[in-house]
Amino acid sequence: MRHIVPIFKREFLGYFRSPVAYVFLIAFLFISVSLAFSRYGGFFRAGVAGMDSYFTFFPWLFLFLVPAVGMRLWSEEKRSGTVELLFTLPITTLEAVLGKFLAGWAFLTLAVVASFPMAFTVGYLGDPDWGVILTTYLGAVLMAGGYLGVCALASALTKNQVISFVISLGACAGLLFLGFSSFTDTLEGLLPMVLADALSNFSFITHFDAFTKGIIDPKDVIFFLSLMGFTLFLNVVVLER
Amino acid sequence: MIEVKGLVKTYGPKRAVDGVSFSVNRGDILGFLGPNGAGKSTTMKMITGFLRPDAGSATVDGIDVTRDPVAVKGKLGYLPESAPAYPEMTVEEFLGFIAEIRGYRDAAARAAQVDRAVQLTHLTPVRKQTIETLSKGFKQRVGFAQALLHDPAALVLDEPTDGLDPNQKNEVRTLIKGMAEAKAVILSTHILEEVEAICNRVIIISQGKVVADETPAQMRARKPGARLDEIFRELTRGDL
Repeated sequence: MRHIVPIFKREFLGYFRSPVAYVFLIAFLFISVSLAFSRYGGFFRAGVAGMDSYFTFFPWLFLFLVPAVGMRLWSEEKRSGTVELLFTLPITTLEAVLGKFLAGWAFLTLAVVASFPMAFTVGYLGDPDWGVILTTYLGAVLMAGGYLGVCALASALTKNQVISFVISLGACAGLLFLGFSSFTDTLEGLLPMVLADALSNFSFITHFDAFTKGIIDPKDVIFFLSLMGFTLFLNVVVLER
Repeated sequence: MIEVKGLVKTYGPKRAVDGVSFSVNRGDILGFLGPNGAGKSTTMKMITGFLRPDAGSATVDGIDVTRDPVAVKGKLGYLPESAPAYPEMTVEEFLGFIAEIRGYRDAAARAAQVDRAVQLTHLTPVRKQTIETLSKGFKQRVGFAQALLHDPAALVLDEPTDGLDPNQKNEVRTLIKGMAEAKAVILSTHILEEVEAICNRVIIISQGKVVADETPAQMRARKPGARLDEIFRELTRGDL
């Protein structure tokens, strides 16, 4: 497991060696903050000292932005042939998968945490419940990991970044929509109730919601962690094939 | 040092490598010859543990690559075809990354190892440059430096002189020759003079099978007076 460190370092710094990191961070913060201030977010109109209007768009933002981070993880290595270099170095597939995933996750965490001026603004204007803000941040970081696990897996399936992006988007959209009643109602019509019910438990939104209310429910934490674990396991299987 | 027994790799209906066996000892420079698509690269990828063989085995220093791939990869230096490297890194950063993975943990040991590889491959003028800005010759040398970095006992080089100009080719050959005494080297090429210039053994592979395993002199003696490429063409007729 000691090889995770150099792989993590290379991958994480790799974001900053190209314009990718700066474009992503600026776009992410610009879009997320403007959505909060827009008429759909209603940051001021709500009259509440909280960050609900900021975080409510996160599942949607992640839908597009996490695949943008995840699509290059393996596709890029496959396309440029460096995958052959990487896997003829004395490391195990698991070390490579974990190192790269953790680097991507750390980068997404940085993007989420970089929104801290929003929290300070709320603190300056009112008297927010800091506990709720902290649990929401925790939820957002865990959710980012869940999304990234799916995207890393999609990226390992192909050497084409566009295909990788589209697969990620489709898979994440599926996991997102499972939380909406209109979508699950349709499912209930098609599938037995038990199955439809079980499926709707796989939604990002239902599991993220509790965090935004200040609740750290073990079942939500376990959901995101096991989603990461499962997708990373499949990631190893796909690469060793 | 490197022992290959009955390696087989199938891609769909095509047998890319069909029962290849040979062994390489310390001090050997083995030239791996064959037309494009004959199975040279695939064989090398199986020896280095990048591809899993469908049958047969490859061992380095007595360790089977499918049993303990990490140990084998630690002993080998490998230059893949077209020398892939991370384009956004500088030469120094890239070699530092390789050194760290190769187990040179503290900064001083890592720097010493990188310096040695940079000097061996004459990369000093470009060591602070990003790899994407380098010419083909320099990129190839970066791949070389990466393979040599940990002073491995066995080297596997897939077309090390491909795309280089005549001077660079010469330089790479001198480098390989200079190192060979203490190492086992396998290099693939389709340049026949190269084999004559540096190899002490030749294996010709055609349609996934070994069709000749001998010294360059023996190969020449197959048809006295003929040029090497005529002999080569005759041996690899099946690929035409």
